Amino acid sequence: MAVEFEVNEREVWDGNYAASQALRQADVDVVVAYPITPSTPIVENYGSYVGNGYIDGEFIMVESEHAAMSGCIGASAAGGRVATATSSQGFALMVEVLYQASGMRLPIVLNVVNRALASPLNVRGDHADMYLGRDCGWLQVSAFNAQEAYDLALCAFRIAEHHDVRLPMMVHQDGFITSHTAQNVYPLSNEAAKKFVGTIDPVDDMLDFSRPVTYGAQTEEDWHFEHKAKQHKAIMDSVPVIEEVFAEFKALTGREYKRVEAYDMEDAEVCIIGLGTTVESARVAAKEMRKEGVKAGVVAMRVFRPFPYEELREVLKNVKSIGVTDRSSPGGAMGAFYNEVSAAMMTSESRPLVTNYIYGLGGRDISIENLKTIFKEQQANADAGHITTDIQQFVNLRGPKLGFFKSKRS
Amino acid sequence: MTEIRWHSRAGQGAVSGAKGLGDVVATTGKEVQAFALYGSAKRGAALRAYNRISDEQIFDHAKFMMPDYVLVIDPALAMTDDITMNDKPTTKYIITSHLSKDELIKAIPALEGKEDRVYVVDCVQISLDTIKRSMPNSPMLGAFVKVSGMFELDYFLENMKRVLKKFPQKIIDANMEAITRAYNEVK
Repeated sequence: MAVEFEVNEREVWDGNYAASQALRQADVDVVVAYPITPSTPIVENYGSYVGNGYIDGEFIMVESEHAAMSGCIGASAAGGRVATATSSQGFALMVEVLYQASGMRLPIVLNVVNRALASPLNVRGDHADMYLGRDCGWLQVSAFNAQEAYDLALCAFRIAEHHDVRLPMMVHQDGFITSHTAQNVYPLSNEAAKKFVGTIDPVDDMLDFSRPVTYGAQTEEDWHFEHKAKQHKAIMDSVPVIEEVFAEFKALTGREYKRVEAYDMEDAEVCIIGLGTTVESARVAAKEMRKEGVKAGVVAMRVFRPFPYEELREVLKNVKSIGVTDRSSPGGAMGAFYNEVSAAMMTSESRPLVTNYIYGLGGRDISIENLKTIFKEQQANADAGHITTDIQQFVNLRGPKLGFFKSKRS
Repeated sequence: MTEIRWHSRAGQGAVSGAKGLGDVVATTGKEVQAFALYGSAKRGAALRAYNRISDEQIFDHAKFMMPDYVLVIDPALAMTDDITMNDKPTTKYIITSHLSKDELIKAIPALEGKEDRVYVVDCVQISLDTIKRSMPNSPMLGAFVKVSGMFELDYFLENMKRVLKKFPQKIIDANMEAITRAYNEVK
């Protein structure tokens, strides 16, 4: 029987510690891990909770991230509640197996502490790994601070394991900026968390010997397409469950999560859209712009997969100019997030002006002043009625100003 | 919002100091943030740690700040690091040194004109005397409590005991002595 771990109503935790506490409170059965900076403390802490008798789980150290996710698949297929954590190169090595996990519809929770991808080698936060996971068939949520990394990790088990979903889920937090920044966190009591998350009710668990099942079977052109389409539909159909779990979490804690978060958007004419910690910094910048007479707002993608096209259109319907921020090297195109937001807005009635800002690669700072500059450029676009800058720009980049693509609209 | 920048070397405890301070501040009902910036994590490498303290939830995640307090816990970094970077006309400096305040300001031209905002305390010596090794973070907290007036000393000590509770009693006592001495000795 596990020893009770004491948590206070108010703690000062960093994002990693917060996520590891969520794993402890969720009574995760198996964590299979190969630690990597900056997500190391999540699995390290879980290991210490097991070692010190705070949780009746299994911590399995393996030789690579590929093996870590493979182990998670085995444990999840066996019917356990399973989670792990990774970042960057580890995430990249895990990718092949991420597709396997989602294709087998295994409700594994992966804490991704976002970090840049080499080369050049860099341990700091950007969203390159998160973007790499875009098409893996996992649900993806973004936490903007340590509290949210904790809250969303708890919600993730509920959503992923729900019988109407049965999909793996990633909970993203920004490397260092969230993972290594201590902030006030208001955790649930062990009892309340346990009650909220509940116990896993596995489907087709391989340890049920009375009902043998096969995982990872081969399908060629006869059925592969149908399987993948069904998997995609399951992702799309996870929306009501995500909303139900968020609503229940709000009733329990007062903390509200929406698939698209909107701040100061009621009368906004210009806005910044982002993911991760930058969303919160942009809220500070928007408040300052409002003092200068600019009707500025911030829209944030809480749930990145399934992508909330309709909600996005609704929240942006009266906005004139939008700056979409991408914290990942676009590699010869517009930022991926820009493309997705543009796809949503292209099919809206308002068709606002949309520009792309690449920022923060390898942990490069983005200040309130940088964000205010983005708002000012959006205001200039709104006033002119067309895009006044290059469509793609780079924020806080050294050297001569870099930009690409001109608008053909005027 | 109160913003604090620590100048330290890896191993001197600035990150723990910043987190410990955050922990105590949070018990007063305030919102806190504590983070650090370092290159490759080698003992002895220069690093900076940061605190933000506010009555409301802290949304600013930028590393950039114009600090209200600069805490230097390595004597040599006071000379070699850019400790006055992004300062304000009101920024207060608490610097670890065995030098007197006059000698220190003479040695650091950037502090000229800021004399009334510079405080000196020998955190290294205090920690050697009390904790029995160079661990200047705890004494710096004592000096900060005095200079900032943010807490009563007794209140701070009580809460630090809670933060340090995983350590043996001997170490807790030594840290309490170090904090108290720096509180009384900072000039």
